[in-house]
Amino acid sequence: MSDHAMMSTDERLAYMAEHILRNFATRGEDEAIEATAEHIGLYWDPSMKARATAMADEPGVPLSEAARAVFRRLGEEQPLT
Amino acid sequence: MTFTREKDFGTPAKHGETVSLTIDGQPVSVPAGTSIMRAAAMVDTAIPKLCATDSLESFGSCRLCLVEIEGRKGYPASCTTPVAPEMVVRTETDKLRKLRRGVMELYISDHPLDCLTCSANGDCELQDQAGAVGLRDVRFGYEGANHLEGCKDESNPYFTFDPAKCIVCSRCVRACDDVQGTLALTVDGRGFASKIAASQGEDFLSSECVSCGACVQACPTSALIENTVIDKGTPDKSVVTTCAYCGVGCTFRAEMRGEDLVRMVPWKEGKANHGHSCVKGRFAWGYAQHRDRILNPMVRTSVDEPWREVSWEEAITHVASEFRRIQSSYGTRAIGGITSSRCTNEETFLVQKLIRQGFGNNNVDTCARVCHSPTGYGLKTTFGTSAGTQDFDSVEQADVILVIGANPTDGHPVFASRMKRRLREGARLIVVDPRRIDLVRSPHIEAAYHLPLQPGTNVALLTAMAHVIVTEGLVDEAYVRERCDGEAYAEWAAFVSEPARSPEAIEELTGVPAADLRAAARLYATGGNGAIYYGLGVTEHSQGSSTVMAIANLAMATGNVGKPGTGVNPLRGQNNVQGSCDMGSFPHELPGYRHVSDNATRALFEADWGVTLDAQPGLRINNMLDAATDGTFKGIFIQGEDILQSDPNTKHVAAGLAAMECVVVQDLFLNETANYAHVFLPGSTFLEKDGTFTNAERRIQMVRKVMEPKNGYADWEVVQLVANAMGLRWTYTHPSQIMDEIARLTPTFAGVSFDVLEERGSVQWPMNAAAPEGTPTMHLDQFVRGKGLFVVTDYVPTDERTGPRFPLLLTTGRILSQYNVGAQTRRTENGAWHAEDRLEIHPHDAENRGIRDGDWVALRSRAGETTLRALITDRVAPGVVYTTFHHPDTQANVITTDFSDWATNCPEYKVTAVQVMPSNGPSDWQTRYREQSDRSRRIATVEPAE
Repeated sequence: MSDHAMMSTDERLAYMAEHILRNFATRGEDEAIEATAEHIGLYWDPSMKARATAMADEPGVPLSEAARAVFRRLGEEQPLT
Repeated sequence: MTFTREKDFGTPAKHGETVSLTIDGQPVSVPAGTSIMRAAAMVDTAIPKLCATDSLESFGSCRLCLVEIEGRKGYPASCTTPVAPEMVVRTETDKLRKLRRGVMELYISDHPLDCLTCSANGDCELQDQAGAVGLRDVRFGYEGANHLEGCKDESNPYFTFDPAKCIVCSRCVRACDDVQGTLALTVDGRGFASKIAASQGEDFLSSECVSCGACVQACPTSALIENTVIDKGTPDKSVVTTCAYCGVGCTFRAEMRGEDLVRMVPWKEGKANHGHSCVKGRFAWGYAQHRDRILNPMVRTSVDEPWREVSWEEAITHVASEFRRIQSSYGTRAIGGITSSRCTNEETFLVQKLIRQGFGNNNVDTCARVCHSPTGYGLKTTFGTSAGTQDFDSVEQADVILVIGANPTDGHPVFASRMKRRLREGARLIVVDPRRIDLVRSPHIEAAYHLPLQPGTNVALLTAMAHVIVTEGLVDEAYVRERCDGEAYAEWAAFVSEPARSPEAIEELTGVPAADLRAAARLYATGGNGAIYYGLGVTEHSQGSSTVMAIANLAMATGNVGKPGTGVNPLRGQNNVQGSCDMGSFPHELPGYRHVSDNATRALFEADWGVTLDAQPGLRINNMLDAATDGTFKGIFIQGEDILQSDPNTKHVAAGLAAMECVVVQDLFLNETANYAHVFLPGSTFLEKDGTFTNAERRIQMVRKVMEPKNGYADWEVVQLVANAMGLRWTYTHPSQIMDEIARLTPTFAGVSFDVLEERGSVQWPMNAAAPEGTPTMHLDQFVRGKGLFVVTDYVPTDERTGPRFPLLLTTGRILSQYNVGAQTRRTENGAWHAEDRLEIHPHDAENRGIRDGDWVALRSRAGETTLRALITDRVAPGVVYTTFHHPDTQANVITTDFSDWATNCPEYKVTAVQVMPSNGPSDWQTRYREQSDRSRRIATVEPAE
């Protein structure tokens, strides 16, 4: 993990997603991905979601597969309205 | 406004079956157990008294309240004699008058005859009673042995003790014992030598006295008197208002002399404080008149320039112009704002309305982000609403009190006094805290269990408690079956029952002996009414929301929600942090905790406000700062919050603020955040405006203006000026109209209005057609969400780890005499108790580092470094250090990281890996910061116009 205090915004978003995933981990990976995507949908602002979506398939970004799945799902979801 | 004393019934109210008697020929019906004195007072018959007051149980020492009772011999004291059926009492007879006069002669023979020059002249019970008993002379003369040469104790900055004027009635001692629960005072000596003493004959300031003022309030003479009364004279009018310090929400009589505030006296009718107070609310209000207050708006182009004082019109026009320019250049979402939990509900509502209606986005957040946002998330998820379940009175029916991550005697002292009273009556106490807080062991109180866990292991500990409750068959199965979601319970019960969740399995992790944890869990589950009180030691963690849900799980499993004496009770930090959350200060919620994506709710507001509202959540404070450093967030309006000092990782906050093009700060003082501001709008104090605050028990209380705003406008008026400059057409002429709008748009506030509040004093939300009297206890018959939801809370360790470079864990908190970032209390005499932040360190850790008590030490973390002086104490465990964050010279948040709660981003203030080493003085950062701060506070001198 990079120094948390020096994270870029993208690194911080990735970290936040992984952190949420870990707290849903007891539900199993599929449900955790679903719950994390739902959580982010409810609480992140559009620019954060857009950055997350853009990171989903960026090979250079250190993301777990589960986090990538979450970010892909954000991109697939319809806007809230 | 006129000045009248609150009526004193002499002894406390009782509750019981009605008893009828006759007093001086008048029939009286009162509850059984009521004293004759109180019964008489209820029919406006004032029996002379000195040692009795209705905040204290009767004592019967002064012998002034004697009465005659038909059929009984002698002259019993009316304060200690309860009423009886058919009793016939006479309060005024020749014999009684003679007896009382004799008693009074003895008192006056040993009392200074200086009424005309006494500070309490006209406000002295001894003086009044001398008149009431018709004292005309003193047969014993004044030359005998007396106490008139006693030296005054002027050590306390707020009150003076003059033993010459003391009648040793013991009211002060009993107030300290019974009301405050500190037991700092005593009657030293016997008979004629009796005198009031603080601790072991020390002066008040050096003693254990916490300066709550209960003794001063109880004193019937001027032996204990506020220094402000000595200086200014007695008040001539009063206004009841609500304290602007912590979330207890004490109500006070602001007693005035003209436009000058003389003293704040806790209001007996106040339902949150019942006539009690702490040092802050009672005495520390001098900041309102402090010379540091900024009273004129100021503007500057760059933060490197001095401030330039401007007219309100110029400042407001500049703000509106800058915000519109930024939105035009960078987009609608490039600006946002922060509401203040120190301001009123009405002001907070307007700030979020300005942002949603005027800015056109949801970029609004509040200081609850950094304190109780996990409470909002956790309790809404499990119970269905984001608030504590009980009123404060509930503690009187608690049998087991579990305090976790809270230090009520310092953070919520007036409620702590009530809790201590219940503990003295026999309730059992469990404390879960890394530090040995005062409640663990103090006079007449000892925790049954103190579980001194390692910081960051709350979830593991609470889940282990659940393990004990489930595996030992202590679940209230009937309650769970009827009230909770069965499927979720089954999943949770299976999870917590796993051996890996047992107390033994997590003993090494938490540092808590498994046997103690098991015993504490059994006590909570089986000890009768179990009430949980918690604070920021729960929420300010990377698993803050999980901890709140783990607490809710425990309460539901044991049937401890939905009745008095139980519940889940967050102790809110700031005076109106509950209200600021209620008013829609979070970026994802409209007022009343309704998500911005909810079409029906949005439609309601859109129809009322005439705009289309953003359906997407806005940025949280920390996300705003990130976006600022990324160049996409350029302007912010911050009302009454000092994020540079209070938020974590100061360097990150500073970088975010420095990257913005227009930072507008509205505050009383040039706070630390204002170092980075381009516009400063002066704020008004709670004494200068009307409105409401909502305390930790969801109680909405009136804030009443007692003096005109020194800056010219109440804060709600300033927000309206900004809104209208941005093209909105607000026409509020009084905060009551804002509350009407809140009630119109928020179902839980539907029955609230200023008229209702004036009539009832206060109400607790929800208050609407379904709950026309308000709601002291929530979730009575069912949870707000329907079935209570058990949530699996797996322990996920924080990523903030100790290691060779940073081997100690820092946790932060507050102290009784200071409040939050200290902006208010540092500008009072409270510095007498706490003039600087100190680092508490265990003797073992200090010894290993060659640190002595009082030495300067460098405190380093991965985020930064500061220096402060060490306080060596075994109150903290080895491996743990603790400090407060009240002083900007220390800037404790230079040390804290921006790790945060997984669900809400509430910062993890309570766990920071640090190293502590001896130091010679301020760090380079502190020196640079001080220079920058001084430079930033310059105000340009304006040449007078020709």
